[in-house]
Amino acid sequence: MLRATLKSLAARKLRLGLSAFAIVLGVAFVVGSFVFTDTLDETFERIFADSNSDVIVRPVVGEGDQFQFTGGDARTLPAAMVDDLAGVEGVDRADGVVSNQSVFVIGSEGRLVGGTGAPGVATNWTDAPAEDGSVPLQVVDGREPRSAGEVVLEAKTADRAEYEVGDQVTLVMPGDPPQLRARLVGITDFGNGNSLAGATLTLFDTQTAQVLLLDGEDVFNSIGVTAADDTDVAELRDRIVSTLPDGVEALTGAELAEENEDAIQQALGFFNTFLLIFAAIALFVGIFLILNTFSILVAQRTQEMALFRALGAGRGQVTRSVLVEAVAVGLVGSTLGLLLGMGVAQLLKLAFALFGLDLGGAGLVLQPRTVLIAYAVGIVVTLVAAYVPARRAARVPPVAAMRDDVVFPHTSLRVRRVLGTVLTVAGAVSLGVGLFTEVGRAGTFVGAGVATVFVGVALLAPVVGPPIVRVIAGWFPRAFGTVGLLARENAQRNPRRTAATASALMIGLALVAAMSVIGQSTNRSIDRALDDGLKAQFVVSNAVGQPFSPALADRIAGLDGVAEVARIRYNAAQADGENVFLAAFDPAAYAQAAEFEISSGSDGLPSDGVLVSEDYARDQAVGVGDTVEIALPAATREMEVGGIFASTQLLFADLVVGLDTLESGGIRPADSTVYVVTERGADPAEVRSDIEEAADELPMVAVKDQEAFKAEQRSQVNQLLYLVYALLGLAIIIAILGIVNTLALSVLERTREIGLLRAVGLSRPQLRRMVQLESVAIAVLGAVLGIGLGLLFGIALQRSQADSGLEVLAVPWVQLIIFVILAAVVGILAALWPAARAARLDVLRAITTE
Amino acid sequence: MTDASGPSAGPDPTAARAEGLWKVYGAGDTQVVALNDVSVEFGRSRYTAIMGPSGSGKSTLMHCMAALDSATSGRVYVGDTELTSLGDNELTRLRRDKIGFIFQAYNLVPTLTARENITLPIDIAGRKADAEWFDTVVSTVGLGDRLDHKPSELSGGQQQRVACARALVSRPDIVFADEPTGNLDSHSGAEVLGFLRRSVREFGQTIVMVTHDPNAASYSDRVLFLVDGRIVDEMAEPTAERVLERMKGFDPVSRVS
Repeated sequence: MLRATLKSLAARKLRLGLSAFAIVLGVAFVVGSFVFTDTLDETFERIFADSNSDVIVRPVVGEGDQFQFTGGDARTLPAAMVDDLAGVEGVDRADGVVSNQSVFVIGSEGRLVGGTGAPGVATNWTDAPAEDGSVPLQVVDGREPRSAGEVVLEAKTADRAEYEVGDQVTLVMPGDPPQLRARLVGITDFGNGNSLAGATLTLFDTQTAQVLLLDGEDVFNSIGVTAADDTDVAELRDRIVSTLPDGVEALTGAELAEENEDAIQQALGFFNTFLLIFAAIALFVGIFLILNTFSILVAQRTQEMALFRALGAGRGQVTRSVLVEAVAVGLVGSTLGLLLGMGVAQLLKLAFALFGLDLGGAGLVLQPRTVLIAYAVGIVVTLVAAYVPARRAARVPPVAAMRDDVVFPHTSLRVRRVLGTVLTVAGAVSLGVGLFTEVGRAGTFVGAGVATVFVGVALLAPVVGPPIVRVIAGWFPRAFGTVGLLARENAQRNPRRTAATASALMIGLALVAAMSVIGQSTNRSIDRALDDGLKAQFVVSNAVGQPFSPALADRIAGLDGVAEVARIRYNAAQADGENVFLAAFDPAAYAQAAEFEISSGSDGLPSDGVLVSEDYARDQAVGVGDTVEIALPAATREMEVGGIFASTQLLFADLVVGLDTLESGGIRPADSTVYVVTERGADPAEVRSDIEEAADELPMVAVKDQEAFKAEQRSQVNQLLYLVYALLGLAIIIAILGIVNTLALSVLERTREIGLLRAVGLSRPQLRRMVQLESVAIAVLGAVLGIGLGLLFGIALQRSQADSGLEVLAVPWVQLIIFVILAAVVGILAALWPAARAARLDVLRAITTE
Repeated sequence: MTDASGPSAGPDPTAARAEGLWKVYGAGDTQVVALNDVSVEFGRSRYTAIMGPSGSGKSTLMHCMAALDSATSGRVYVGDTELTSLGDNELTRLRRDKIGFIFQAYNLVPTLTARENITLPIDIAGRKADAEWFDTVVSTVGLGDRLDHKPSELSGGQQQRVACARALVSRPDIVFADEPTGNLDSHSGAEVLGFLRRSVREFGQTIVMVTHDPNAASYSDRVLFLVDGRIVDEMAEPTAERVLERMKGFDPVSRVS
């Protein structure tokens, strides 16, 4: 039996190849996601692993302090502590470290280097060795920085900025003045070939760094301690800890590396999840393709199965033979998918390099876990998809071997109708629970609900599909005569097959349609929020939210024609032990610039007060007069809720504190957004050019009027939308393959009929047209089902978020109609190859085929 | 094209002919000669049967004559048209307009009704069926009340009658029938054969039928005997007994089943 199975497998290379391709794509995406994130991980791991000192002493870093959106941690250690540490037993040397993440390099062409989210790291030059005893940074050209007006750049940074030793370098500084010019005296590089993953690195001598970054005080951000030979690092750390004052901690280089890795992993984990969701969608769609392919294959092999049965094979043997086939296909598909996945990861790497996140020469990381997952996923998915057809194969009666016209024993549609309805309703309920109720793991409910609805509707598709196909293909005979009639009838002759094929496309398009509804609604909601809420004439900010020197807002405030300047700072913090996003501004100034509605309490914001959004007040059950414990690097304080404000699209935080709260919390001042309100009667063009002049030194910020600001917000939404579309494109490609596959198999199945049509005078172009029209009917059915579902999903999602700022429901009808038209085009394209195959069939052989 | 019907097309008494037809499959040791220098004429308004044992080349001859297969060498004429020089499009059009087919396995399009199957060649050509002629053909084959049924709702005999009607309704120059009764019980087979003979007698249709059934051959005007790719004999006004006798002469073991 096994030999017979494998032989028949080899004889059907083409058909199986097509179904294997679905697995290849799905697995490739999973593998690509894992390999890419592993590679990212390793890149960062290497950065952190080798460059730390033996022991690091720094102000205590709490939970939630790791991601600073504003100027970063402002706390420092006095220089005296460096000398004290150098005196501790077992310490070889101690070096004060100045570090900052907001020093950016302007290239020789006047363009900002990086600035797309990667930090601009600045530090003081030191020759202190790292854990492994080597000096991490080596001067490769010129010399180290020695005095004010001198600067050294890391090699890649200098390369990207197109600077050479001796050039005047322009730097954007976090303080005042916001720009600095210095002479490039040297270029350094990592001894071990590390890369900075897109960040830039600028080095000053210690004193200059203190002047520029620490207000000229003789203090440091942290202190690196080098252990003497033969000293145990952990013991040394403990010894150091006992000498430290409160609020200062010591940890080993390895511990710091681990901490950094954890933080990165958290950030990347989200990214990995994001990619894996699309991989899951691709596999889910792939299941439909594989299921359909196996169903058709089994149907076409009815006689062969019946022959096996007639020759004495048991039902179990027939089932197993189909499953063995599935395992073989899964194995081959997984292997190819693994290889293709490496390609996908390489592509992702290239794409990221394009956006400034250069992973250097690090090779792709293929962990054994990835290989295991690839095979597990590929084989399990194929087995699951093949199980139903395998069961059906076993039900072929032996007598079918003797008959010419076998009708496959189909289960009645009633089972499907009941099961489909139950699943659809259950999925809808799960979706509703996830969206509209306060339930833990809402995302899981939503995801499971959507998937269940897809399965339910796919089961119902053979029931609801035919009437829709009748409408879609109804005009074919009128427009295309007999060819149209034949195509219409072909599209309807096997509702299950048509429905299963269309369902694959349905899934991709439903998600695309839902996203387009959400995207459009978000854009309209932002537009409305800005129309209603933004009173400022100008907005100064940068698109990725990178903070900039507060000196700019000071200067703008002094300009003629400017009535009010409202600066907004965002920072991460912990509120009652949970990570939150904190906004800081002066409510009075802010209210001049933007709608800020206090629904209860007052907008007065004392230094120990906090304002919370209605959402937060409801979710956390806090009211005016209650306190919230807010933890910032330098202080954890009980803050009293002074007022509750209405949630708005303009404000990305649920908690608002005063600017002084942030500063006293140890956060270096830096603005995220500055709103500018002009005086009545001031000439907007004049004010604008004045602001632009003031901002000239900060190339990372842009001055925008209301329209431009709206456009910027919209383009951010759209970019995300296009990214999602691109990823969903994979599911759609798989669905298209499904159509190709179904048509190719149908053509094979109808060889004799096609031969007859050719014999009685159907020309090749007519035959091609017939296959194409059938394909269009299938594709458009998928589009109609998908867009219908997508609309429902999108509307449900918008409704559920209506109170959280997504208040406008906007359906992009034109776009949706374009999707349907594109689906028709996809149908034509998918039919190209099967139609060509059909047209190539030798008439005589087609007729005489058995 | 409009007067492609029957004898009025011209004085030429042959509807189709072949000259020096060779058909060779394979090469070298595995070479098989299916047709060995066959020259033959099929008379207009005549009912010709081609007989021969399995592998005698009778189907190949028909396929070559019917523009379904190309000969290795030699010439084939349908009416005045020489086939060997035609491309696929011209052959397609020729099959559509000048040739009718009846196959052993009915070969109806399962998605179309009987009526749609009958008018299929005319519809493909984008022409209108001649309503009177359609009615005549349909009533002759006796399908009147089953025209709107799908093939799966018809018996084998009924299906083959639909196939016959399809072959006749476009008034082709010549109809080729390949074992038309092969899948039918004797009663249904007799009906179909009778109908084919009537269409020759009453409508002047030209029919060429491949069969290995002496009884079926007895309905024809003339029987050609093919053995090993050559025409070895022919018989006018055949009867089943004479055909059977003649067949036995060709082969020590009769293949007639």
